[in-house]
Amino acid sequence: MHRVLGDRRAIMILLGPALLLYTLIMLVPMVWSLGYSFTKGNSIEGFKGNGLANFTRLLDDPAVHDALWFTLKYAVIVTAGQVIAGYLLALLYVFFLKKASALIRTLAFFPVILPTVAVGLLFQKLFQVAPQPGPVNSLLNAFGLESIDFFGSASSAFWVLIIMDIWRSMGFYAVLLFAGLVDIPDEVLESARLDGASGLRLIRHIVLPLSLPVLMSSLIFSVNGTLKVFDSVVALTNGGPGNGTTPLTLYMFQSSFTYSEYGYGSAIALLLTVVCLLVSLAVYRVSRRDNTES
Amino acid sequence: MPHRTIRARRLTIASAGVLSLAALVTACGGGGGGTSAAPKDFKYLSVTENTTTRTALTTLSTSTCKAENDALPLKVETIPQAQLDQKLQLLAGQDALPSMFAAGNAPALTKQLAKGGKVADLAMELERLGVLDQLEPAAVSTIKALYGGKLMALPYEYNIEGIFYNKKLFQENGIAVPGTWDELLVAADKLNAKGIQPFSASGAQGWPLTRLISGYLYRSLGPDALDKVDAGTAKLTDPAYVKAAEEIAALGKKGYFGKGVGSIDYDTAMNQFLTGKSGMFYMGSWALANIADPKQNKVGAENVGFMPFPAVKGGKGSIDQYPSNIGLAVTLGSKAFDKKTGAWVSCIAKNFGSTALKDHGTITGFKVNTPVKDSSEVAGTVRKTISSSQQNVLWFEALFSTKATTISNTSAPGLVNGSVSPQKFMETVQAALGSQ
Repeated sequence: MHRVLGDRRAIMILLGPALLLYTLIMLVPMVWSLGYSFTKGNSIEGFKGNGLANFTRLLDDPAVHDALWFTLKYAVIVTAGQVIAGYLLALLYVFFLKKASALIRTLAFFPVILPTVAVGLLFQKLFQVAPQPGPVNSLLNAFGLESIDFFGSASSAFWVLIIMDIWRSMGFYAVLLFAGLVDIPDEVLESARLDGASGLRLIRHIVLPLSLPVLMSSLIFSVNGTLKVFDSVVALTNGGPGNGTTPLTLYMFQSSFTYSEYGYGSAIALLLTVVCLLVSLAVYRVSRRDNTES
Repeated sequence: MPHRTIRARRLTIASAGVLSLAALVTACGGGGGGTSAAPKDFKYLSVTENTTTRTALTTLSTSTCKAENDALPLKVETIPQAQLDQKLQLLAGQDALPSMFAAGNAPALTKQLAKGGKVADLAMELERLGVLDQLEPAAVSTIKALYGGKLMALPYEYNIEGIFYNKKLFQENGIAVPGTWDELLVAADKLNAKGIQPFSASGAQGWPLTRLISGYLYRSLGPDALDKVDAGTAKLTDPAYVKAAEEIAALGKKGYFGKGVGSIDYDTAMNQFLTGKSGMFYMGSWALANIADPKQNKVGAENVGFMPFPAVKGGKGSIDQYPSNIGLAVTLGSKAFDKKTGAWVSCIAKNFGSTALKDHGTITGFKVNTPVKDSSEVAGTVRKTISSSQQNVLWFEALFSTKATTISNTSAPGLVNGSVSPQKFMETVQAALGSQ
């Protein structure tokens, strides 16, 4: 084995095809897209150089400001929501349900495998007000309250989106964190219990620090996924009402493929890449420091 | 193994690798679908939502236009309307536009294609084929108004727009057909007081709401109201323009569109009107097909009336200026327009009008060469109105860019549910107009 992995030619033969494919389908389009961000035009009229105009426009475009703010707000809330809900579920599996958790784990994981479009339609029906009130509005009516047009304003549509995405992803994080929790040695927990730690104290001082590495991994997963949210927004609100629930990804898609502004769309894509990079670096730094401390 | 053999084998492997990579790159490229050679079929790229045109063309292919179809078989492909613009751009970029295709969602895209020489000059082609006179002059003038004075589309539909109303509900509540905006408000008020939803409209689509804004603008400011915005001599943020948005927002504020108008889709809005749950429905004459269908229309075709958008007191517009359109426009590619395609187009021009009216109750911009009886009284009223109409106007987004059209449609529900002020609505659309 050492002979094979120590041979440069063997490494090239093993890695070469994958590296070539990766370069062709990932790196080349990325560099190409970067090139487009300095141009103006489309595939019909052709492209011509536009200097830094797309980037200066990014700074002045209120739609970009709104989309960036929405993206960050959504990423923070959904990340917090899905990791916390996932962690609580994992604790429930390990400390309360124990061996009887299989059914609950399966049920909580079920939304993860559902197609996003189906989940979007389900939540549209759940919260609809017209032509018939959905279950949520029917419940409000049963308590004598007026129906609410949840998709009529950006703020209420935002919260429906948040609930939907936390619901559909918490099962995944629960399984991920469950794997971290079952790795905590029983002896450590037992000795902590003998020292008098139980309930919340046990979780706060023993379980939480020992599951921190897997929690940080979940955070990195979650932040990167939520910053790039696209499908669930398209399925539930399509960015509306107005552009009230439009994240950067959707605005990039609209600019490029609906409004035929490929150069500007590429500039928005670059902005999103930079945001993802900065957030990932920040989370990585925090996780490295915490790992060292623990 | 001799050294030369090893080298030869390496060379062969390397050559095979290069060749396969070249094949991969070629396959990914867009050259494969070009139409430089004569077309082998009469390919029509249609939108999934429009079933009438492709069904009528299929009927022609097996009847009146069978000879043309034998020479160049009709082949229909469909795509959802929401993906049409992307598909057209992709095909145009690859020089692979089909013989005939649904034009983009906003005229701006077709104009762009024409600028690149990818759309046939239909005035010239139809003149050459001797069938230009088969198009109704009103339809030709609507197409020219949309496409910068050029005939870039075939009028497979020709629609006028106005307000369909429930005659029975009007009679029961003592409402006369409104002639002015103030009378319309009184009528809506009366219906609302009786617990009947005055208007049904689809906020999910958005355009049925913005059509009301342009209706008010054309009546208050005259038929050139939106041409001035296009020319840059007026802005949607001018007080007279914002006033139109305010009037429509006020209808929403009073609850005249019912609950959750933003979630109501086109079919639901149509269903509300045709089941007697609402008194009025602003729509185009394409709705006649639904009105004529007893499965959909539970109030009866005899109980449906049609009125023009009412006059605005002191306004410069007149109620006989009807908003008109050619439905989902269909245009022809310039590269694929050869002799056989010409024969197809010629046959369509002579026969489509009668076939569509007879089989689908659809009014088109082609002459009806074989007389067909109207399906209902309201259908007769609409046809008479079309033939007597002296001046036509367009709709709110007709001259907008794709971006402004999308923003206008997606922001309209906010305007009528109060989450976006009229001033802000107009500012947003005007900003989108200026940004491209």
